[in-house]
Amino acid sequence: MSTVKVLIVDDHRLFRSGVRAELGESIEVLGEAEDVDSAVKAIAELQPDVVLLDVHMPGGGGQEVLRRVLGSGSTVRFLALSVSDAAEDVIGVIRGGARGYVTKTISGRELTDAIRRVADGDAVFSPRLAGFVLDAFASSEAPPIDPELDSLTQREREVLRLIARGYAYKEIAKELFISVKTVETHVSSVLRKLQLSNRHELSRWATARRLV
Amino acid sequence: MADRQTIRDAAPVTPENPAAFPRLMRLVQGRLVAGVAQGAAAQLRLDPVVLRLAFVLLTVLDGIGAVAYAALWMFTPREPYEGKEPSRDWSQFAAYVAIGLALMSLGWLTGASSGGIGAWPIAVGGIGSLILWQQADPDRRRRWMDTTVGQVRQNRVRTFAGLVLVVVGAIGFLAANADLSQASSGIVFTLVVVGGVGLIAAPWLAGLWKELQRERRERIRQEERAEVAAHVHDSVLHTLTLIQRNAQDSREVMRLARSQERELRNWLYQPQQDADASVAAAVRRVAAEEEDTHGVPIEVVCVGDGPLTPELSAMMQAARQAMVNAAKYSGSEVISVYAEAEPDEVTIFVRDRGVGFDMGEVADDRMGIRQSIIGRMERHGGSARVRTAPGEGTEVMLTMKLEKA
Repeated sequence: MSTVKVLIVDDHRLFRSGVRAELGESIEVLGEAEDVDSAVKAIAELQPDVVLLDVHMPGGGGQEVLRRVLGSGSTVRFLALSVSDAAEDVIGVIRGGARGYVTKTISGRELTDAIRRVADGDAVFSPRLAGFVLDAFASSEAPPIDPELDSLTQREREVLRLIARGYAYKEIAKELFISVKTVETHVSSVLRKLQLSNRHELSRWATARRLV
Repeated sequence: MADRQTIRDAAPVTPENPAAFPRLMRLVQGRLVAGVAQGAAAQLRLDPVVLRLAFVLLTVLDGIGAVAYAALWMFTPREPYEGKEPSRDWSQFAAYVAIGLALMSLGWLTGASSGGIGAWPIAVGGIGSLILWQQADPDRRRRWMDTTVGQVRQNRVRTFAGLVLVVVGAIGFLAANADLSQASSGIVFTLVVVGGVGLIAAPWLAGLWKELQRERRERIRQEERAEVAAHVHDSVLHTLTLIQRNAQDSREVMRLARSQERELRNWLYQPQQDADASVAAAVRRVAAEEEDTHGVPIEVVCVGDGPLTPELSAMMQAARQAMVNAAKYSGSEVISVYAEAEPDEVTIFVRDRGVGFDMGEVADDRMGIRQSIIGRMERHGGSARVRTAPGEGTEVMLTMKLEKA
């Protein structure tokens, strides 16, 4: 197993050192950054495989880092890591281009897994993110504009439901009699829909959830 | 207050090197009207009296002096001035007005300036519109926010002067171009006056409205801030104190931290919901209570929501029992609860990754699963399924069909 090179972006020093200590041996931490500007600079200089990205940071937050780095054509992969449970934040960074979202309560082992998964080009959904996606795609009264992008397939729904129920990918594969690779394909496909669907309800739903 | 101060301080822009290219400024100290003549005099290194006389003379001759003055007033920045503005020397002002009037009457008597009279309305109207413009100047408006009595009075004087000038200008215009007596004068004149008043009052009213809106926003923000402070004080600080007191009891510390985290999260991110009326809120409340009692984290994910019916309340009881079992007997580090409320069906999953058990070995009289979960669901028209095996954890699935309304 090759080591995955990681950059930690978070404005809390204590949290950065905590994550560093918790990560497994197969993860190499190249460096840390504490705000948007230093993150953009460090990503360009260090060329990490995966960036662990905090959502709330001075200078525009994780979304600003995504916008600037991905906007410049970089192919670095982002895993959002946040204490926030707000739908607006979760949906926001995913639509900004992050390939996964996990909360900071995640264990070191699970985080290591998630980083490896993102490094391999797969998507990482926490139960809560899966719940948000199900909710967001379900709450559509208007007919989808692009049927391919604007709705989930039955299988994708099943996978998401199992994630929301706390199942790991391996358990989902066993439950649905499919391979782990297929589970990964379904999740990546949901991620793509989440990022590309221009259904305005998605953003509106996230905002409305915050405002109610 | 703080940012208001900065705006004030930042407003006047001083050139970096004033000695090199002195900019034409309206001086505050020693001004008679707006400081234009004085500023121009300083620029040209002349005595201000010369320029003031020139303005008066040009005004009397054909009104161009007043127009020029108004234009300069508009386009010249005001000299940055700290502190309370000095009042004008009204006696000197009166002297210049007297000189102007004297020259004018001389011109009238001699008939020399008959052509100049036509330009008067333009000059007067120009000054009137200048005053309107002054009213709308954003810097001014900002300064008015510090409403000292003197400024209020000054403001009133200016408004009144503007009104008079617009009206006079209008009359003069009508008198010079059409015959006022021939026009159906009453209506036209009234319209002009009303229009003038409207013009003068509009920027002021708009400013007032904006100011009111701003203050309202500010007040709401402050109230919110106070609410946050109160909340942090009542909950977070309190919990931190409790944690310090119980520092030796790691289980209690964990429980306190967890329950505080949950409470803060709900307050920050969750919509305010009535746990007696909504399915999602009820599930969250049940999970929170059991998490507090047993000290095992319960992660809740809810999709959709709906009203809480009596059947669903029974379902909550069954879900609670499933959580209690998981927390007490499974040994799992975390319990996952997933609730999905669809229009015709509500499903709740309670899952742990603990020791699991063999369903066949559970005695029929064990109340927990048979009665409290399965029995209760069936009595209320729902169903429950338990999936477990030794070492594989347990998942309880509760389903309740809803009658379509």
